[in-house]
Amino acid sequence: MADGQEIAGAITTRREEAEGFLRRTVSKGLGWARKYSLFTYPFVTACCGMEYMSVASSRYDIARFGAEYPRFSPRQSDLLLVVGTVNVKQGPILRRVYEQMAEPKWVVAFGVCASSGGFYDNYAVIQGIDRIVPVDVYIPGCPPRPEQVLDGLIMLQEKIAGERHGLRIVPG
Amino acid sequence: MAKAVLEALQQKFPEAVRDLYTHRGDDVAFVEARGLVEVCNFLKFDPSTDLKLMLSVTGVDYLGESPRFECVYHFTSMTHHHRVRLRVKAPDDADPRVPSVAGIWRTANWWERHVFDLYGIRFDGHPDLRRLYMPESFVGHPLRKDYPMKGRQPLIPERDFRDVIRGPGPQPREQGRTFPGRSPILPPASPAKP
Repeated sequence: MADGQEIAGAITTRREEAEGFLRRTVSKGLGWARKYSLFTYPFVTACCGMEYMSVASSRYDIARFGAEYPRFSPRQSDLLLVVGTVNVKQGPILRRVYEQMAEPKWVVAFGVCASSGGFYDNYAVIQGIDRIVPVDVYIPGCPPRPEQVLDGLIMLQEKIAGERHGLRIVPG
Repeated sequence: MAKAVLEALQQKFPEAVRDLYTHRGDDVAFVEARGLVEVCNFLKFDPSTDLKLMLSVTGVDYLGESPRFECVYHFTSMTHHHRVRLRVKAPDDADPRVPSVAGIWRTANWWERHVFDLYGIRFDGHPDLRRLYMPESFVGHPLRKDYPMKGRQPLIPERDFRDVIRGPGPQPREQGRTFPGRSPILPPASPAKP
């Protein structure tokens, strides 16, 4: 018996399917575009900076993954790389840099000091930058090997590629 | 060589210089706080000592002893190639004070600010005794032995984040957060502000 209720249900389902398909397609495209165009802002405070230079320069070459340009302006960057120990006096600066970045933005804690304070378990060091800004990927190591950094970057790319983007249907 | 310098110093200032000894090749003298400036003037400007280069001023906290605080000075002479170490006990444990030698060596200016910041030893006669490393809002002196080991004082409010391993984060609401961004463990009150 095909009454009105069932027909309405079928229409809703098909509408959701269509929307879901569109959403998936758009998400896939957006994620693909975003994950290969990460402009990084290196917030380099300590010795992990040497390792960052190694990652960024020719042998390991972070540019292979699309994170080519270090932009030294937070307004032009998507990825905040917090490289090294962040102490209490640096905290407000980091927060401000993060707030200046335009959406969408991601944060990577590079090295164990940025992730958890490391062995600087003392009065002067913030015990992990996740107390100041939200973090997407934590890369351990003191300092991390360049391979680890690239692995972390790939994980971040997977995260970006898997993001679901909402569609706003404007009722006509 | 520097032993002779210290012995001459002791003969010149018998009431201020005490207890000469040599430890692993370094010649050390205890100096009374009130005679310090006089002794330092002699050490820098007398041609027989000529200690023109000040290497460091550091503080020591002997918690449980009295006198509790001590300043250690290191000097070297670029002409005679000898080194001298002076140890100065701060007389008062509650308000440790040592005369400033910033008027003799300009280097001492920041070194004394360093000692003041981390140990809370006041230097009388210092031209600008402010904290050197820690922010102005910091309470207490972090290298004192009775400063709590996890006594953190963040400058901005931390995100609501609890971690049993990494130590205290932001204080839970139910314990009454009087002002945001302050670590729950605070050091005991001490005369911090100059």
